Amino acid sequence: MSAAQWRKAMNFSGARDWSGGRVTAPATPLRRAGAAPEAAPSTAMPSVAAALGSIRLRHVVVLAAVLIYPWVATPFFAFQIGGQSLALGLIALSLTFLAGYGGMVSLAQMTVAGIAGYMVAIFGASSVDQISLGWPWWLAVLIALVAATLVATFIGWLSVRTEGIYTIMITLAIGMAFFYLAQQNYAVFNGFQGFQKVAAPVLFGIDWHDAIPFYHLALFWALAGYFFVKYLARAPFGIALQGVRDNARRMSALGYNVTRLRIAAYAVAGFIAAIGGVLMVWYNALITPGSVGTSWLINILIIAVLGGMRHPIGAFIGAIVFVLLQNFAIDLVDRERFNLVIGLVFLVIVLFSPDGLLGWWAHLRRWSGGAGRQARLTGRKST
Amino acid sequence: MTFSTTWLWRLVIAVPLAVFVVWALVDNARLFVVTTMNGITLAALYFLVASGFTLVFGLLRNVNLAHGSLYLLGAYVGWVVGDHTGSWFLAVATGFASAALVGLVLQTAVFRFMQGQDLRQTMVTIGLSIVLADIMLWIFGGEIYQFDPPSAIYGGTPLPIVTRYPTYRLVLLATAIVIGVALWFFLNRTRVGMMIRAGVDDRGMLAASGVNVQMVFAITFAIGAGLAGFAGVVGGTALSIAPGEDTRYLLASLVVVIVGGMGSVVGAALGALLIGVAEQMGLAYLPHYGIVVTFVIMALVLAFRPQGILGRPS
Repeated sequence: MSAAQWRKAMNFSGARDWSGGRVTAPATPLRRAGAAPEAAPSTAMPSVAAALGSIRLRHVVVLAAVLIYPWVATPFFAFQIGGQSLALGLIALSLTFLAGYGGMVSLAQMTVAGIAGYMVAIFGASSVDQISLGWPWWLAVLIALVAATLVATFIGWLSVRTEGIYTIMITLAIGMAFFYLAQQNYAVFNGFQGFQKVAAPVLFGIDWHDAIPFYHLALFWALAGYFFVKYLARAPFGIALQGVRDNARRMSALGYNVTRLRIAAYAVAGFIAAIGGVLMVWYNALITPGSVGTSWLINILIIAVLGGMRHPIGAFIGAIVFVLLQNFAIDLVDRERFNLVIGLVFLVIVLFSPDGLLGWWAHLRRWSGGAGRQARLTGRKST
Repeated sequence: MTFSTTWLWRLVIAVPLAVFVVWALVDNARLFVVTTMNGITLAALYFLVASGFTLVFGLLRNVNLAHGSLYLLGAYVGWVVGDHTGSWFLAVATGFASAALVGLVLQTAVFRFMQGQDLRQTMVTIGLSIVLADIMLWIFGGEIYQFDPPSAIYGGTPLPIVTRYPTYRLVLLATAIVIGVALWFFLNRTRVGMMIRAGVDDRGMLAASGVNVQMVFAITFAIGAGLAGFAGVVGGTALSIAPGEDTRYLLASLVVVIVGGMGSVVGAALGALLIGVAEQMGLAYLPHYGIVVTFVIMALVLAFRPQGILGRPS
């Protein structure tokens, strides 16, 4: 994707804020980097009110639909399709954030998620008693999130030293190196077998590995991640990051510390991926080197590109399509040929629609466009 | 970095390394020499794979993540030909030719139309690597294939300290040196090589001076891909061919090129030597953390010289 395309992709959020002319001290965005939406300073209040005001009927309908979905669908659809899509979507969302807003395509997001998963298995309970420490689940999860975020920061620190296309090479090499390490190391990662029976906790009398609770758990974190990324995109940190993506030199001339902004983006994305990683290990109830193998590193990129990196929702759309293909491509072709199908789908998307399915959607709207849209606009005014 | 800190860093790296070498020689000289020999011959193979990767990257700015697939493709095609004709040398030739042909087709039919779109080209190569890997798995299955090289280059060669060493690995080393010298000669002494070098420095200027840049690109891609296919047969003979080897050699190429410097053939040789020896040393002396040695080298290079040891800053 060329710089011009990226720039076009950012117009939906960035352009207006830029023309507004932000003249505050350049140091502030960094401090807010890690802040969650609710912890944001009081200046965020009007934007919250504005966000509430912009809620449309379709938003309510979609939210209601995704909430009710697991009761309507069969457990298979709620867990294998719904739960898995949301967890994978969250990991892909971290890549969408990094690539779409930061212009850094990292292939190590699954590695970060996998490290979180491994930490949950190592510090929590699993069938491998001699390694797993059996600490309470909340402590294991806390350690997992911190460790994975630190690793993501380190990966960022290593890879921001070079630019553009090098990032993809370096992160791929790091991800593959971790895969081989997990495979050959028995003392910490239990080698080829990995960890089995990594149970999701039972809390408030609910087993969170059951289809409906897991779906809602994944949905909660997916929504949290989605709104967090949407918020960040409009926060000073996100705006500065998009500035770095479009012209790092100019941002640096404006007094921003480009390297720190980029590393902070890796840390934020790493945290999102870590949450997804914890969900994935609970979903699978196991983690093996295969979970962080090359094919999964690339699958996350496929999911993000499939949906489209213009908007955070693309990650989840991509994940749904990916999971559906994974489960039902078997019915169309040979059982073993899933990789061929997903590879071809990915090629078609990359060759013909660089903006993914969201790009097609935008194209469709433009095409059906002009007249219909005009009518809708005037219609709204008259009512 | 000032003069004294540079020397400090050199000491920090050189002293533990020297201590290790002395310890290893005293402890078990044979193991150390065999490991070093294995490392150097593995480096020869890594150089063959990575030189094509770096050549393509240097000129076309195309990070060809399907390079490992081309390696495996060359190996499989070479195996089929070798199996039918019984000639190992024919297998090597077809390994080179088939991968070069695929590379030529890819460059002229696909990548040519997305010039300058680095990320998109890379994603296309990712898609291609998935598709190629699955098609090869479909055709050849999960079995391990082995070549049957001529007996003259198989067997053992008597050497001091290690007593006997596989002849084929020495042949591999010699082949890599010959290919390396030939590549140097081609790039530095022929007209097309001059065009390629000029293209690495300034594509726009090369086109402006009346050279058919597309042809130079196609030739480079074909040679780069062909080298991967060639390495497939040569490396497949030293080790074996099986699914999954593609990602292994892709990782090797990536690390070698990141360490040695992107776009530099001499850098690829240096990086291959460093990584090959480090990998074998890691396997011999730290069996459960072997890959960490490779990773630490990569991280150190990225931390202190992001463009690679012999790379030029972008």
